[in-house]
Amino acid sequence: MKNKILFSLAVLFFIFCFVVLFKGLKNSNIYIPNTLSKKTLINFESKDLYSETTILSDQIFVGNDYYILNIWASWCLPCRDEHPILMKLRKNSSIKLIGLNYRDDPNNAKKFIDKFGNPYSMIITDQNGIISIELGAYGIPETFIINKNKKIIKKFIGALNQKSLKEIKLILK
Amino acid sequence: MKLLKNFVLFFIILNFVQITSAENNVELKNKISKNIRCLICQGQSVYDSQSDFAISIKLVIEKKLDEGLNENEIYEFLKNQYGQWITYDPEFNKNTFILWTLPILLFFIGGAIILRKLIV
Repeated sequence: MKNKILFSLAVLFFIFCFVVLFKGLKNSNIYIPNTLSKKTLINFESKDLYSETTILSDQIFVGNDYYILNIWASWCLPCRDEHPILMKLRKNSSIKLIGLNYRDDPNNAKKFIDKFGNPYSMIITDQNGIISIELGAYGIPETFIINKNKKIIKKFIGALNQKSLKEIKLILK
Repeated sequence: MKLLKNFVLFFIILNFVQITSAENNVELKNKISKNIRCLICQGQSVYDSQSDFAISIKLVIEKKLDEGLNENEIYEFLKNQYGQWITYDPEFNKNTFILWTLPILLFFIGGAIILRKLIV
């Protein structure tokens, strides 16, 4: 009788392990970050790409209801793909579009803007990538939607597309 | 002459303290970066990776150490920005309780079986 109970317990235990591991097999092994956590924007100090003057984040995120912070670089190919979307977003007057130039040569960044157009109200630089990491960025391009309370309300990882444009427009409504 | 000797001695001690402190910071930076996962790499720590993400994380660790944050505060900062997954040391929570409790459970079950065999 005791052996039977032990045997049943062992079988149950192995079934339990099998179910847990089998369920785990179906999970994606690619890390999917949380894009909806409402974190407060960190305070940072940066430089304007053109004037090279030092700017504090408090001076950037002021006076608008929504801000879009787009992390980009001239060497990043997906950034070229999303550029037309940013040009469309520029037309929306209720938002302030800020470009954060990530680990880039300033001359190349300026050439990129001259070639494809400037969708940004302001371009600030992140020469060593520290600001992007402190913001919680994974790579580029990446776009943060920030409200007037300086809360990051949505994060778009990767290039913006028509779907993300619709999502942004919905948020801004 | 004595004043000069004292000055030289003070200068040497000061340099030694600075060098030791810098070495400690480098060691701590390496230790922390070994415990941080490179989120965009396949199975590499930030210490091992040369990706832009890892290089920037290393710079952030260095900056935070210079600001006077300790090891745990740096882990907390990174967990706050990137979630629990960034560290190689999973916390005990509803997603990891099997990971933490199963080995202990198996240890006790095994121990009980061995003990039973020994007694019988």
